[in-house]
Amino acid sequence: MAYDKFNILTSTAVPLPIENVDTDQIIPARFLKATERVGFGDNLFRDWRYNQDNTLKEDFVLNQDKFSGKILVGGKNFGSGSSREHAAWAVYDYGFRCVVSSFFADIFRGNCLNIGVLPVQVSAEFLQKIFDAVESDPATELEVNLPEQKITLLPTGESESFDINDYKKNNMLNGFDDIDYLLNIKKDIAAFAENTPL
Amino acid sequence: MSATKTLFDKVWDSHVVHKIQDGPDVLFIDRHMVHEVTSPVAFLGIKNRSIPVMHPEKTFATADHNTPTINQHLPVADPLSANQLKMLEENANEHGISYWGLGHAKNGIVHVVGPEYGITQPGATIVCGDSHTSTHGAFGAIAFGIGTSEVEMVLATQCIMQPKPKRMRININGKMSKGVTPKDVALFIISQLTTSGATGYFVEYAGEIFRDMSMEGRMTVCNLSIEMGARGGMIAPDEKTFEYVKGREFTPKGADWDKAKAYWDTLYTDADAIFDKELTFDGSLIEPMITYGTNPGMGMGISNDIPMANAVQGGATTYQKSLKYMNFNEGESMMGKSIDFVFLGSCTNGRIEDFRAFASIVKGRKKAANVTAWLVPGSHKVEAAIKEEGILDILTEAGFELREPGCSACLAMNDDKVPAGKLAVSTSNRNFEGRQGPGSRTLLASPLVAAAAAVTGKVTDPRELMVELV
Repeated sequence: MAYDKFNILTSTAVPLPIENVDTDQIIPARFLKATERVGFGDNLFRDWRYNQDNTLKEDFVLNQDKFSGKILVGGKNFGSGSSREHAAWAVYDYGFRCVVSSFFADIFRGNCLNIGVLPVQVSAEFLQKIFDAVESDPATELEVNLPEQKITLLPTGESESFDINDYKKNNMLNGFDDIDYLLNIKKDIAAFAENTPL
Repeated sequence: MSATKTLFDKVWDSHVVHKIQDGPDVLFIDRHMVHEVTSPVAFLGIKNRSIPVMHPEKTFATADHNTPTINQHLPVADPLSANQLKMLEENANEHGISYWGLGHAKNGIVHVVGPEYGITQPGATIVCGDSHTSTHGAFGAIAFGIGTSEVEMVLATQCIMQPKPKRMRININGKMSKGVTPKDVALFIISQLTTSGATGYFVEYAGEIFRDMSMEGRMTVCNLSIEMGARGGMIAPDEKTFEYVKGREFTPKGADWDKAKAYWDTLYTDADAIFDKELTFDGSLIEPMITYGTNPGMGMGISNDIPMANAVQGGATTYQKSLKYMNFNEGESMMGKSIDFVFLGSCTNGRIEDFRAFASIVKGRKKAANVTAWLVPGSHKVEAAIKEEGILDILTEAGFELREPGCSACLAMNDDKVPAGKLAVSTSNRNFEGRQGPGSRTLLASPLVAAAAAVTGKVTDPRELMVELV
């Protein structure tokens, strides 16, 4: 699917300093019944955000007015669990374009890259600096620079570089997806299929 | 120059259609399994691009995640579930894909029916929009879960773009002790590695304990690979594997069998192949396991006490949040805790051997009055075997009911939800907050531990109740 191009994102951030945030928290299974990929943002972190009577849990970060922005900052091993891309859709649909953590679960990371959410992996130390800065001053802005593969805490100028392979970087910068690429090598695939034993 | 390769390398490298410099490999997919929850948006995607399914004959659709486990002959009551099921049927029919919907004789959980009908074969690349696709690695296949964009990718091109994972080997020798099952072996490994310990790796399980395991046991272990963050897990095929796949509906026959078998015989890790990481455990030290927290890595031998926060990896705050959710305390014992629900089923433990194990404990006993038990076979084939082998009689005499096949309370997308605050012993794969229903609390365990809990109404060491297997 095509998505908005990603270049340089400057934004405040929402801190969620919890480790092992799993996909069942990001979007519980009972909200996976849609047949289109829109509208999942309403149920992002549903059971952490709402009480069972649908009133807001005021202490949850998404319900605190002081925190907002297009960058979600999570604890280590963010997105573990299910392969449900709905988790990445919910993050995107809510309005986040970037998730920062010191470690991502594999499939979640891949799902994000496929739908235009940039996963930025930083060191545990830098992650803690971000949490400290954002929690002490929610107006703190971060700059995520994809071309330079660099994330910066703007008030102090402290920065760290992050990894992304060139192919995915190019996709994100241009809003391309993998199917565009694969359709271009369809002949090679057909030739390969001819000789596959299974 | 060394040409030695791991099992994983052999299967992966033989499926690379195209390599992208500083990017992912384009990997050809032999089998694509599809279910109702993660596929509708993918089918919509290829429709919007006006392209057909490239290889419908390599694509298999079954309904499982949403389906009820009672009255499957009636229309599905939940309109959203019914709509997803209807869309799967329409999409399968439109594209000429084999479809085993609700009511079909072959219907069942995608990772249970794949092996049952020989769709799962050694050396194949297998994907599905479900993380427990790693199950099929038990046959020496490379099998892993994918997101919906990737489902669309495979429908459109029969390929997937993936960076090649690193290689890990987990060696376990020794014999399984009394009361220990493959589920315990898997929960033990995850407790040692944590839920992120194998992220970025593809795992090969090697050693006596896996060689001795049945194919169903191997499936249980590979199924849970994802719970330690691994992309997948695999076990080299052997005579036991070939014996299992022989004669099944989609398995090669005659000369094709000989040809396939000749290929399968090459699927092992060469003696001097190098892994990026290698771990070794002593299998005789593993005891029946139980989880106490809110991820599968928070597990321990059933007779142990819940660890203190300062003794665990990761943040103490997250650990304490987890125990608070479970309503447990550091340092306390799990034994004797009163439970409310028991769930036997899922792609982890919904196979016939799991029901045999469960029955071996409940035989001659009665279901505890305080327990609601959901016994859900993984497929109609499993259901039939439960009846044929007399297991249903044992269950019925003990006061249990058998339900109809599906994913059920494993992820609670249907009506089988554990109510808030209630404690369930489950043979499924995840104990995340709310996984089995909002506010539900889950203890992951083996079918033996589940059975012991079902008849005593509390967390019980199954070794205390063990009799000879039926």
